[in-house]
Amino acid sequence: MSETLNTPRVEAARIAVNAGLVLFFGLYAVIVLIQPNYLEPGLFMNFLRRAAPLVILASGQIYVILTGGFDLSVGAVVTFTVTAAALLINGDPGATWSVIALLYLMGAAIGLFNGLVVAYLKVPSIIATLGTMLWLNGLALAWSGGAARGDLPENFRDLGRFQWRDVPLIGTLPMAALVLVVVCALLWWGLHGMGYGKRALAVGDNPRAAELAGIPVARTRITAFVISSLAAVTAGILLGGFSGVSVNAGSGLELQSIAACVIGGAMLLGGRGTIWCAIWGALSLFALFTLLNLMGLPQALRDSIQGLILILAVGLTAWRTRRRS
Amino acid sequence: MQKKAMLATTVALFALAGAAGAQEFNDPAEFARQRAQLSMTPQGPEGQPWAQHLGDSMVDTAKWKKDGPATICFSNAGIFNPWRVVGMHNFQAEAEAQGDRIKELIVVDAEGKDEKQIADIEALVAGGKCDVLIVSPNTTAALTPAVEAAATKLPVVVFDRGVNTTAPVTYIHPVGGYGFGISSGEFIAANLEKGANVLALRIVPGVDVLETRYSAAKNIFDEAGLNVVGSEFTGSDRAKTKSVVEDYLNRGIQIDAIWMDAGDTATAALEAFEDAGLPYPVISGEDQQDFLRKWRDENLTAIAPSYPTYQWRTPIIAALDILDGKPVPGPEWVLPQPAITAETRDGYIDEKLPPLHYSLCGCQDLPGYPARWGGSD
Amino acid sequence: MKMGKIRPQFSVAAVLLLISLVIFVVTAVATGEMAQFSLQGITGLLQRMVALGLVAVGQTFVILVASIDLSVAAVISGTAVLASWMMGGDPAMIVPAVLLCLGFALAVGLVNGALVAFGGINPLIATLGTGLILQGVLSAGYGLLGGSVAPAFQHLAYGSLFGIPWSVLALFGLGLAMAFVLNRTVLGARIFAVGGNPEGARLAGIRTGWVILTAHVICSLFAGLAGLYLAARVQAGTPWLGRDGIYDLESIAVTVIGGTLLAGGKGGIAGTLAGVFLFASLDASFNMLGIDAFLKQVLRGFIIIVAVAVHAIRGRGHVA
Repeated sequence: MSETLNTPRVEAARIAVNAGLVLFFGLYAVIVLIQPNYLEPGLFMNFLRRAAPLVILASGQIYVILTGGFDLSVGAVVTFTVTAAALLINGDPGATWSVIALLYLMGAAIGLFNGLVVAYLKVPSIIATLGTMLWLNGLALAWSGGAARGDLPENFRDLGRFQWRDVPLIGTLPMAALVLVVVCALLWWGLHGMGYGKRALAVGDNPRAAELAGIPVARTRITAFVISSLAAVTAGILLGGFSGVSVNAGSGLELQSIAACVIGGAMLLGGRGTIWCAIWGALSLFALFTLLNLMGLPQALRDSIQGLILILAVGLTAWRTRRRS
Repeated sequence: MQKKAMLATTVALFALAGAAGAQEFNDPAEFARQRAQLSMTPQGPEGQPWAQHLGDSMVDTAKWKKDGPATICFSNAGIFNPWRVVGMHNFQAEAEAQGDRIKELIVVDAEGKDEKQIADIEALVAGGKCDVLIVSPNTTAALTPAVEAAATKLPVVVFDRGVNTTAPVTYIHPVGGYGFGISSGEFIAANLEKGANVLALRIVPGVDVLETRYSAAKNIFDEAGLNVVGSEFTGSDRAKTKSVVEDYLNRGIQIDAIWMDAGDTATAALEAFEDAGLPYPVISGEDQQDFLRKWRDENLTAIAPSYPTYQWRTPIIAALDILDGKPVPGPEWVLPQPAITAETRDGYIDEKLPPLHYSLCGCQDLPGYPARWGGSD
Repeated sequence: MKMGKIRPQFSVAAVLLLISLVIFVVTAVATGEMAQFSLQGITGLLQRMVALGLVAVGQTFVILVASIDLSVAAVISGTAVLASWMMGGDPAMIVPAVLLCLGFALAVGLVNGALVAFGGINPLIATLGTGLILQGVLSAGYGLLGGSVAPAFQHLAYGSLFGIPWSVLALFGLGLAMAFVLNRTVLGARIFAVGGNPEGARLAGIRTGWVILTAHVICSLFAGLAGLYLAARVQAGTPWLGRDGIYDLESIAVTVIGGTLLAGGKGGIAGTLAGVFLFASLDASFNMLGIDAFLKQVLRGFIIIVAVAVHAIRGRGHVA
């Protein structure tokens, strides 16, 4: 039975990956057409530096999406990470690494909370993580008093901001790009190298069947939320590094990260997707933002175009899947 | 297909609307009035701009006179940005300073929702505890009926944004958006050659108090022959601000000056120049600590116009004066609106305060300074 | 069978109503705000329900068919802006403006429904997309769409009958009507069938696509009504009216708190309105207690989770 179910699913995922990849290269080609110097390695590296937080968020979000859920709290985790880092480090470079460790602990705790609420209290993830989004944002605001407070030292900022110059071949190498590659490799290994991905897909597809097949459904779910939160902490560290402290650092990122996965071909409510859906989807979405910036369209219409692309991308995937089956 | 049809109708509707419904944020008379107010000598106690006023008009408040400690009610639009956070601290500290004259201070927060603020005001009036009502409206038009209804029952003081009625006893506000745009626009124009490039960074479109800032500055830039290469909305988001500026720099556009309608992301905009290895532009920010410090440390060519948060102290003063039956400046109480220049800058810097503290808080003499404002002792 | 379906749903509503009342009464007594129990105080409390209540009644329909609508916030802003622009203060334009707004809401509902039911697009993404498109067009066009509603139209939001605001009467009238539609008509039965067991409904000869489409149209129309009410309330609509009110996420939250299953097929209007009442009482109580805005947000987050957990935990299956 698993044979007959698996084959079309793998097939569909492969098609989807191609779609995300093709979309990214298509969009980047248009960027280059408008602004040829984006072909220079230096500018591509800068593109990666800015896209890194969204790509990492999406790569964490995909874990939850595969299990059939959503994580709406990732934007709040980003905001919380940035504000907490500034308050706890308060400009002292010696505190940076211990605070970063603490931030990951907090992230894990938030993910654990989401996971437990979903797995044991049976609250649908969209509501559970919406609740977390509210209380966590409120907590970040209450803690900082409503406006950015404290200070981030150079060595923390460097993670998202520093770039090595005069690197052979690529010109500049941002530290964020390096972090991006390492984190994505880790998340890829976690999903596809350890068999977790198969379990997650099974849970997302049909939790009852997965349970009967001996898969620990609750544990699989909880793991997904923890990983998503940890990814969000990483994104928060990079974002805080890139542009500094603010209390709205993460607003809107939750929907962007979900949209990225979907554009990349992952299916909501589970059943299909790979880490590549998240990576190429997020890069596509970010390329779209950059393109709209470069075209100088009124800001407001950029929202509209984003919405249109979202519907078209998902509509196309739905249509192709239906035609094949 | 349906979607396309719908979009087409919507677009057609906008085209139809044309100039007829266009909103006017470029009022030459108001521009001239505010320009005159910027250089006017204020009346009132020296060195206390929150208690000063421009112009002579006063209103009689004898009919609201009431003895004994007062219950002051405040319907706040919300504390959804750093400016309002600092303002709220000013408000509470002023109330604490006047504690012996206040029986109770009731504050309700509308969290940025018009509908909630209307209900809040109705509940405050129905509750019957308030001797005086202070309102900081979320939106001018939306709050007008509620304020009008409240003003028939008790004295009302409005500040920051106004309402479309003269029913309140007085409306407290600094000079205004045009004034902000004039201070910053004229400085940039004076420091650039004709034909130089200015990038305008703004928060959101369509908000009256922000649109007037831009229209005033734009007029000045046009007059001075400066070239506005772009007007971008950043939503007060630091990452977005930095990305937007980077995109302009990546396109190889020379940016000689940055004009901002609010300064909370000014340092992020400057970082884009640092990361690209380019010299700093001429810049207009606002009176936030982080911007003033950066300005001093990097010796920038800059100005910090303000929309002073000390205006949050004034409503308490006005409310107590009204209950004393003393005449107050009105129907509009216009506060002075200074801009911080290179000469006055260092006097506004206080290293103890957080980066987004608004320096024109006029709060140094208030109880709890600086800890209440997030400062370290 | 049918009674069994209705009773647990009714009890969720009753329990919520009771808890909300206790919260409100205890806070009012504790803070000495006895004036809250006057007619004016009570109607003020009920008035807080109107906008969210209208949206949530519509949201209940889409959630019952296992769909969801994130575009309601944009529809609210859209109708409010259109109404103020089209009326431009002229009472003669009230009827055309209302018709235009409802037409607009209907169109959005049709698009959403078509994308979800016939385009095979996940409802979350489809309605997020249409919401973004609308939001963008609105913000971009707002400079051209000024104006304010006619003073006579504001009577809808500020006027009252025997001391009870028209808008509150309208909310409960419409709520009753929609509860009737759900529980006593063929359409209602089909909505429950499609949400509860789509495959079974299809086999039973129900054209599921059309039922989903209808639910989306109803949802959009109710969002449109909420937009009209808000336009009357705030005089001039803005493109961020709906977004700032968080009507999208809050309407989903109160619906689920009221016992409607996100997976569809179970729930109803009474629970949803009780959920809205809970939010209104919390709002009023937080005000009386003078809780600061940030703490309010923290509390609201936990309350949403707990309120859903209380009845979700009894479910045997898995949720995602």
